Amino acid sequence: MLELRRLSKSYVAGKPVLRDIDLAVAGQGITAIIGPSGTGKSTLIRCINRLVEPTAGEIVFEGRDLVQLDARALRRARRHIGMVFQEYNLVERLTVMENLLSGRLGYVSPWRAWRRKFPPEDIARAFELLAVVGLEGFELRRADALSGGQRQRVGIARAVMQEPRLLLADEPTSSLDPKTSVEIMGLMADVGRTRNIPVLVNMHDVELARRFADRIVGMSGGRIVYDGPPDALTDDVLKQIYGGEGWLH
Amino acid sequence: MDAAPAARLPVVERAWHRFSFAQRLTRFVVYLVIVAAIVLSLQTIEVIPEFLYDAPEQMADLFARMWPVDWAYYPESVHAALMETIHIASLGTLLALMLALPVGILAAHNLVPFTPLNLLARLILVSSRSVNSLVWALLFVGIFGPGALAGTLAIAFRSIGFVGKLFGEALEEAQPGPVEALTAAGAPWVSRITFGFWPQVKPAFWSIALFRWDINVRESAVLGLVGAGGIGMTLDSALNLFQWERVALILVAIVAVVVIAEVVVTQVRKRVI
Repeated sequence: MLELRRLSKSYVAGKPVLRDIDLAVAGQGITAIIGPSGTGKSTLIRCINRLVEPTAGEIVFEGRDLVQLDARALRRARRHIGMVFQEYNLVERLTVMENLLSGRLGYVSPWRAWRRKFPPEDIARAFELLAVVGLEGFELRRADALSGGQRQRVGIARAVMQEPRLLLADEPTSSLDPKTSVEIMGLMADVGRTRNIPVLVNMHDVELARRFADRIVGMSGGRIVYDGPPDALTDDVLKQIYGGEGWLH
Repeated sequence: MDAAPAARLPVVERAWHRFSFAQRLTRFVVYLVIVAAIVLSLQTIEVIPEFLYDAPEQMADLFARMWPVDWAYYPESVHAALMETIHIASLGTLLALMLALPVGILAAHNLVPFTPLNLLARLILVSSRSVNSLVWALLFVGIFGPGALAGTLAIAFRSIGFVGKLFGEALEEAQPGPVEALTAAGAPWVSRITFGFWPQVKPAFWSIALFRWDINVRESAVLGLVGAGGIGMTLDSALNLFQWERVALILVAIVAVVVIAEVVVTQVRKRVI
C-alpha cells in the first residue's frame, strides 16, 4: 500500500537527515514513529506527500512512485492522503464548516469553492464528521475561537473529509495536554479502524505510542533502528533509540 | 568565625562608555554632515531677506483679501468640482485595487516561487510609486486631454504601487501552515489562495484600500492644477484671476472633504477590522 524504498533527504548537500529509509505500511492500525528531536521524523512524514521533496528514493503509494509524479498528478495523489498537523494548521479566520470543506478542495473547482458552492453530499459528510469528532453544533464557530483540543478535532475531521486511503499525522498531540492527547489519539485510532486505513503518526510521547500504536518504528540519526510491536519496545531498545539511560525511570 | 572575609577583588578602575570611540567619532561626523547639509541647502535656496521680512505683512494682506469668503460661489461651481474630485479619488482607487491584486500576488515569493516574475512585479510597483501623481496626471492629460479621465488614471497608476507593495508584503507575512494543509489535501493553486491566503490578508487588504482612498481624496484635490479635472481646476482659475474670496472657499471645501474622508475611513475601519 505505502512503501518507502531507500528514501533519503538532505536539506544541505552531504548532511542527510534521512538515510536510506525502507518502510512498508499496509492494512490498518496505527504505526507510531518515535525518536529524538531532530532525527528526521517530521521530514519522513512530510516526504511521503512531498510537502518536503525527497533527495533520493521511491515512495510507492498504491502502486505508483509519488516521486516521479508531475505537479498535476501529485495534486491528485495527495487527495487520497489525509494529514494532521501539530499546530492544527486551520485557517483561523474561517468557520469550522469552511475548514472541514477545505478538505474537499482537491475535488471542487476553485470558482465553486470561492462561492462556497460545495456539493450537498460534502456538506452532509461534514455534519456527520462534526458529530464523530464531538463538535456537533460548532459549524458556524470561527476556528480561532476554539481550544487546542477542539482545533485538532477539526484538523482530523478535515483530513477525513478527503476520504483518505492513508492518514499521516505530524506530532498531532505535541501541543496538547495529556488528557486531550489521549482523546485525540483515541480519535485517530477510531478513524483508522472504522475507515480501514493505515495511520502513520510521529510522536514524542513513548507512553502514548505504546498505548495506541499497533506497531512502533524507532528512528535515530536518520535511520530506522527499531521496527516491531509495542511489547518488544524494551528499555534496551529505547536506549538505542534515544541514547543514554538516565531519563529512563 | 575567624574566617577572613571573602577575599575582595582589588578595585580596578573599570570605565564604561555607552559608545565606543569609533561610534562616538561616527556620531560626530554624522552630526557634522547634517549641519553642513542644512547650511548648504539654505545657501542654495537663496532666501531673499527683503521678501522674508515682508512675509507677515503679505500674509495678512492675503487673508484680508480672502475675507469675506464667497459662499455664494459654492453651488455655482465648487460643488460639482468637489464631487468630481471625490469621484476621481474613488474610481481611481477602485481601478488601482483591481490592478494591484494580481501584481501584489506576482510580487509575493511564497505564492509565485519564480524570481523573474517577482522581480517584474516589483519593477511595476516601483515604477508606479516613483512617479508622483502630478507627473502621472501630466502624462495622461497629454494622452487623453484635460479632464477627469486623466485624473482618475493618474490616481490609479500612482496607487497601484502603494497598494500592490503593501498587499504583497501582507501575503508574504501570511502563516504558511494553513496553506500547507490545503496543499496536502491536493487543493489547486487558486483555491490555496482563496482559502489559505485570502482569509489571512483580507483585513490588511481593506485597511490598505481605505488608507489609499483617504490619501487619494487629498491628492485628487491638487490634480486639477495640471488640468486633470476636479476641484484643483477651479482653484487654479480662481488663483489666476486673483479671486481670493473664491480661493478661500475652495480651500475651506477641500479641508472639509479631507476631514469627512478621515472620519469615514476611521468609522469603516472600526467596523471592518
